[in-house]
Amino acid sequence: MKIVVCVSLVPDSTTKVKIGASGKSIDETGVSFIINPYDEFAVEEAVQLKEKSGGEVIAVSVGTDRSKEAIKKAFQMGADKGILLKSGDADFDSFSVAKNLAETIKELNPDVILFGKQSIDFDGSVVASMTAELLGLPCVNVVTKLELSGNEAIAEREIEGGKEVVKTSLPAVFGAQKGLNNPRYPNLKSIMASKSKPIEEKPFEAKSMTELTGMSLPDSKSSGKIFTDGVQNVPELVRLLREEAKVI
Amino acid sequence: MNKILIVAETKDNIFKSNAFEAVTTGKHMAELLGTGYDVITVTDAPDEHLKTLGKYGASKVFHISLTELNSKSPASGIKYSHSAIASAVSNFANSEGYEIIIISGTAFGKEIAPAISVKTDSAVITDCTRYTVTEGKISMKRPSYAGKCNTNVNYTSGKIVITLRPNVFKAEVSETDSEIVNISPDNLNISAADFKTCVTDVVVSSGKLDVAEADIIVSGGRGLRNPESFKLVEDLAEVLGAATGASRAVVDAGWRPHGEQVGQTGKTVSPSLYVACGISGAIQHLAGMSSSKFIVAINKDKDAPIFQVADYGIVGDVFEILPALTEEIKKIKG
Ligand SMILES: Cc1cc2nc3c(=O)[nH]c(=O)nc-3n(C[C@H](O)[C@H](O)[C@H](O)COP(=O)(O)OP(=O)(O)OC[C@H]3O[C@@H](n4cnc5c(N)ncnc54)[C@H](O)[C@@H]3O)c2cc1C
Ligand SMILES: Nc1ncnc2c1ncn2[C@@H]1O[C@H](COP(=O)(O)O)[C@@H](O)[C@H]1O
Repeated sequence: MKIVVCVSLVPDSTTKVKIGASGKSIDETGVSFIINPYDEFAVEEAVQLKEKSGGEVIAVSVGTDRSKEAIKKAFQMGADKGILLKSGDADFDSFSVAKNLAETIKELNPDVILFGKQSIDFDGSVVASMTAELLGLPCVNVVTKLELSGNEAIAEREIEGGKEVVKTSLPAVFGAQKGLNNPRYPNLKSIMASKSKPIEEKPFEAKSMTELTGMSLPDSKSSGKIFTDGVQNVPELVRLLREEAKVI
Repeated sequence: MNKILIVAETKDNIFKSNAFEAVTTGKHMAELLGTGYDVITVTDAPDEHLKTLGKYGASKVFHISLTELNSKSPASGIKYSHSAIASAVSNFANSEGYEIIIISGTAFGKEIAPAISVKTDSAVITDCTRYTVTEGKISMKRPSYAGKCNTNVNYTSGKIVITLRPNVFKAEVSETDSEIVNISPDNLNISAADFKTCVTDVVVSSGKLDVAEADIIVSGGRGLRNPESFKLVEDLAEVLGAATGASRAVVDAGWRPHGEQVGQTGKTVSPSLYVACGISGAIQHLAGMSSSKFIVAINKDKDAPIFQVADYGIVGDVFEILPALTEEIKKIKG
């Protein structure tokens, strides 16, 4: 089985966001970058599928040289090969990512393509489905369970107040949600083995349909009313919720 | 010709508030752009129910029968197909030449919006929380970096698909007589090939109100000390008619189901009232709830970061405060 997993490098989730000088991106001073947390579930699923049915796992990322870190993390978890679609420093949008990923995936002709359900930087939740649509393939996103048998796939996906059971057939695209599996911690052996795995570089062409024109920090709340006398403040809190906030 | 098409979603053949939010937003946008707007819905809801969209200003509702659409499926026993619904909406939009498609950013909307954008050659901007119109051009504002900042996004293509973050835009009553126009899937070129994914079953988790849909949420964290004491959280939630939520710490510990997790790797919520009990307010938790309209924090540590985003708070022990709060609210609610 040939499995492609798309991985993105994003600022660590503890990053305190400051806006950079351009006003259109974050200030990266002191920011550390990690593989997108949802992509770890995707890589784990890919590696488990390989362990079950044989084959290979190819990790693909769009970004600058720095994004090789995301591919390397996938290597440590068991991916076999990597492809970096090298973007340079210019801006590009989710559609550009999807378009370039789709072209590369088409050549690879895999059976299963895994994504994270969402990147934690742009938070778009669109790249998986757009890539699938550009390839004419089915897509199920926010997947918490995946079972394959032959060409058939049954996925469970999280929805408000429950889950959907979705039937589809391979090749197909899936977007991983937390709960799908427990991503493994690479051991020393797999870290050593990852060092010799190849990363192929390919050109990337921006084809954006959207443009980021500015960034701003959320309006800060005027400081709240915090009571420090414990339980005796309860009636006053309830009064405020009722009369001032009018929410109960 | 009308430029805006609003997709109104039903669940079990009932429109939820997010459908009305989408209709109101589309109506306002149309007014600012000086154009008209139409609504489309794929559902088995009866005409009387479709007409409730009129209450929020929908004058024309294009209706595709879900049963009729499903009859084109090669498989039997399907409830609905996201891919077929995306095809039906896209083919309709393409044939009528809509330029702006508005969809609620629910689990359903998020699943179909990117596909519709590709099928209609449109850009897509998801999870919008605000928009502006300047010189006939729309610009969207949306949270990024888990809500730690907002980004303004324009589109450079001629057409756009927009998803709206649920609970952010207001549904406003504007009584309108709505005309229902039925469209047959036969006229939309739907074939077996459009049923790429089929939902065969929908499993409702314990029939409880979901955090993603609740107007009030009471959440508990590690400060509750053990799974049993979540009874205190549930009791308060019950008197408030609220959903119960949780921090990741207690979900990872197996005290609460993952569906209740609020935050970066859980759900993003924006209820009117969010009550955080024994939750420290780690940045990844704030990411999921800081856009709530009012936040109440109960924590014994006065320096807990949750107090920095709280509108109201009590520094104290959850084991004392929660029962007192529940009693006090019971009193005023009679
Ligand atoms: C990649 C990543 C993603 C993450 N995603 C999420 C996410 O989606 N959601 C999420 O919630 N977290 C997430 N986290 C985890 C987050 O960093 C915190 O670890 C977590 O939110 C802490 O949960 P907590 O507040 O319940 O526990 P703690 O941080 O342990 O806080 C417990 C609080 O309870 C208070 N307390 C204790 N006893 C009492 C008492 N008797 N009365 C009153 N107060 C009391 C304490 O003062 C403390 O503030 C993520 C972390 C990472 C690295
Ligand atoms: N630059 C990128 N390179 C490779 N994959 C990406 C990139 N950006 C996003 N993805 C994939 O698409 C998923 C959804 O991203 P998004 O649509 O931005 O929320 C991520 O979890 C990744 O799997």
